[in-house]
Amino acid sequence: MSERVKPTKKSSGAGGPQGTPEGPRQDHVKAAKADAALPALGILGMLRWAWTQLTSMRTALFLLLLLAVAAVPGSLFPQRPANPSVVTQYIKDHPDYGKILDSLQLYDVYSSAWFSAIYILLFISLIGCVVPRAIAHYRAMRSQPPRTPKRLSRLPEYGTLVVPAEAGVPASDAIEDAAALLKKRGYRVEVRHDDGARPSLGAERGFLKEVGNLVFHTSLIGVLVSVAVGGLFGYSGQRILVEGDTFVNTLVGYDQFTPGTNFQSSQLQPYSIQLDKFQATFDRESKGKFGQPIDFTADVTTKENPGAPAKKEVLKVNDPVTLGGTSIYLTGNGYAPVVTVRDGKGNIAMQGPVVAKLQGENYYSSVVIKVPDAKPEQLGFAGFFLPTAFVTDKGISFSGDPDLINPQLSLNSYYGDLGLDKGAPQNVFELDVKDLKPLNGRDLAAGGITLAPGSTYTLPDGKGSISFDGVKKYIGVDIHHNPGQLSALIFALLAVAGLVVSLYVNRRRVWVRTGTHEDGRTMVEYGLLTRGEDHRLAGEAVAIRGLLAGAWGLDTQIPPSERADNGPAGTDPADASVHTDPVDASAASGADASAATPSEDFIQSTAGSPESKKDQ
Amino acid sequence: MFPINETMGQYSELFMLLAAGTYTVAFIAFAWDLAKSSKALRTVDLKAAAAAGTPDAAASDGAAADAGAKVPVAAGSVRGAAADADRVAGHLAGPAGRAERPSSSVSAGGPGSGAGQTANASMEYAAERRVPARVAVALTVLGAAIHAAGVLTRAVGAGRVPWGNMYEFLTTGAFVAVAVFLVVLIRRDLRFLGTFVVGLVIIMLVAASVAYWTPVGHLVPALQSYWLVIHVSIAVLSSALFTLTFAMSALQLVQSHRQKTLAAGGEDKLGFMRLVPSALSLENLSYRINAIAFIGWTFTLMFGAIWAEKAWGRFWGWDTKEVWTFVIWVVYAGYLHARATRGWTGTRAAWLSIVGYLCVVFNFTIVNQFFNGLHSYSGL
Repeated sequence: MSERVKPTKKSSGAGGPQGTPEGPRQDHVKAAKADAALPALGILGMLRWAWTQLTSMRTALFLLLLLAVAAVPGSLFPQRPANPSVVTQYIKDHPDYGKILDSLQLYDVYSSAWFSAIYILLFISLIGCVVPRAIAHYRAMRSQPPRTPKRLSRLPEYGTLVVPAEAGVPASDAIEDAAALLKKRGYRVEVRHDDGARPSLGAERGFLKEVGNLVFHTSLIGVLVSVAVGGLFGYSGQRILVEGDTFVNTLVGYDQFTPGTNFQSSQLQPYSIQLDKFQATFDRESKGKFGQPIDFTADVTTKENPGAPAKKEVLKVNDPVTLGGTSIYLTGNGYAPVVTVRDGKGNIAMQGPVVAKLQGENYYSSVVIKVPDAKPEQLGFAGFFLPTAFVTDKGISFSGDPDLINPQLSLNSYYGDLGLDKGAPQNVFELDVKDLKPLNGRDLAAGGITLAPGSTYTLPDGKGSISFDGVKKYIGVDIHHNPGQLSALIFALLAVAGLVVSLYVNRRRVWVRTGTHEDGRTMVEYGLLTRGEDHRLAGEAVAIRGLLAGAWGLDTQIPPSERADNGPAGTDPADASVHTDPVDASAASGADASAATPSEDFIQSTAGSPESKKDQ
Repeated sequence: MFPINETMGQYSELFMLLAAGTYTVAFIAFAWDLAKSSKALRTVDLKAAAAAGTPDAAASDGAAADAGAKVPVAAGSVRGAAADADRVAGHLAGPAGRAERPSSSVSAGGPGSGAGQTANASMEYAAERRVPARVAVALTVLGAAIHAAGVLTRAVGAGRVPWGNMYEFLTTGAFVAVAVFLVVLIRRDLRFLGTFVVGLVIIMLVAASVAYWTPVGHLVPALQSYWLVIHVSIAVLSSALFTLTFAMSALQLVQSHRQKTLAAGGEDKLGFMRLVPSALSLENLSYRINAIAFIGWTFTLMFGAIWAEKAWGRFWGWDTKEVWTFVIWVVYAGYLHARATRGWTGTRAAWLSIVGYLCVVFNFTIVNQFFNGLHSYSGL
């Protein structure tokens, strides 16, 4: 804005003192100029100016490219919505600039102020462009084709036909014939007899092109709105289910829950889903990918609501289960060793499966067991679960296969206050050993605990015992509800349809003019024009020519002097070489064509007459 | 699930190597064609120049003199310059800059329409036979046939569509690039692109065999979906089309520079570019191909979103691969808009097309390999 406004102000300000010696007349002019400029400086004018700028194609293009550039940082830096803990770690790892990036919202690129500003401006620009165009197009669709140009030969496609006098087709009939043909071809036609001796017609087709264009752009707005609706009213959550576990769709049922901005807990339908069995299949066939997972199948039992009949379903990757307006996705799986922990008094303090968190290859997973109920002192265990345990020469154990070939639990044990009684939330997958006393460990006298299924280890100092009873499997499920999803799909499909139509329907105009030559022949000239790019316009011209010639029983062949697209009829055939130059066409339509078209009036020319043929 | 046939996989690798060898010979033939034709055309030009005085100089003089009148169109050699001038002056010629829009009327140029510009503007086949080019195309067809056998045996060996990892993307993608090139060759004489397309295909095959070799194997569960067939095939097809337009846009920039130099009376240092059509024709054809490829890319994006919804529970999550697919889409959308914006057609649009393709390459190589994301498993 400043670009334009400031210079005007300056010049009017500078004009005052300088203007006086130059005489009242100049001064007057300057004053008038300043006056004339003033309304443009008003708030309304400035707004209008800003609006024009914003809705211009140039700005839209700039914003579009800016959007592409602005999206890139989101792939370079870790993003909070995808994984908040990675971001925290990244900031820790880069103390020098990690915080600065955070203040620039580079970890929340797609919800950042600057990214939002770009796409909101882009969409405002889009609306400002689409609405006036829609109005204009509505008017264009209701109005008649534009008036016949004076010189059709200036159009990019132009041709002529001559109907011999003996054919008995007067000019007025010829134009009606042409109108009928074009109507049949899908053109909207208006015949203009008011030109008197030279009736003409204007025809237009391809209004769908602009409709497609408008539909495409409007649908993009629709997609954006759908995404916003999903963000407002949707929700998502995660839950880990060990075989035998049941999830009930209530807020407490989730391990993690992300509500939309306008979420209400009453939205949750209390369906239930129970994991009966989980089966993972690993590749045993190929040498290169031995042990790679090739199938995950979870057998589940679902109930639409607490009273509904149970239903057996299969949950797989790429094949979610739909229930109560949500979709349930299989996103993870692992092993849950079943353990029994007895305390110093011999009572069972803890019994059941413990979810082992995946850490490395072949389901090498970490295990944390917290036993707050153990008496007299609370117990804690931390270590690893290996489905197929191998030990290297150096005494490092690793998992050699994803299947349960040689399951092993290696643990360190601790006793003391787990800190759970204070009520502060703790990560179930981490054991804070700061306030605990170690009991078992690799570097301790008692050594670490190594358990195979069915075995029991008695803790030193009479602190109790731990048994490894068996292994169950668990799955991680994502539960999503997105009310904007379907409309986003519909709008996206509409957008593609609009795009295809706008790129492949051509808006064309055809004008035909007829007249009677002095010698009685009926002269016909036609011209075609396209809006936008249309590489098939020449083909259309040829087709129309063929139709017209067919209707009047003429030779469809194009005389040599017309071979070039814009070959103006009636030119001296000796000039023909000029017309083979392709630039001629654009010159004729773009610039002054009179040089290339010596004969301005085809209808009274000698084209196709016996005399002109002699010249050849 | 079909069993794995490792013998087939080994045959496939053999076919790939044979195909790469055949392509290499084809590449040499294409290069030979460029060199030979360029030489022959220069001789023709020199003869013509000797016969007609210096038409080139006259043409450019005329152009300079007529600049005010806006009809600097005397010779084909300044066609591009004239087109540029038209673009600038186009708005004077009536409604909505119609004259700047290249329409079919450009397509009438015949061979030999001017010095320095010899290639057919409509890119249709000319009457004269270019033996090295024919040999090159024949060899490319042979290479493509062997390549097809390689892709097919890979598919049979793995018992699924052959695009489940980087090795398969590269080998199948290279095949699609050649196939698209050969299909376009049926209608248009794009043999001047031969060195580029075949050269790129050789690079892809070598990279696949050396850096990304993977034995035949089953797919991880996340990739076991019919969307893999739909989403990836359209992505590969669109990328192949983008490859063609990238080459054309790059040539367009060179040709446009050359045309300007010639129009200004400069020396023609890039003789082999005689074989390449004018900048404007290149721009027009690459626009048409880009339009198809853009629709394809839109489908890639959409089907990817549908698949993402099925596999991960959300149709859009700004995963790195999603980000880059979006960036590519936006750049090519910008390209299509640029073609309709005054001052952005021609060279600038060509640059957008090139930037878009560089994004495609980046998305395919760097993002697959070095960026962490949900698509990572597809990489290696």
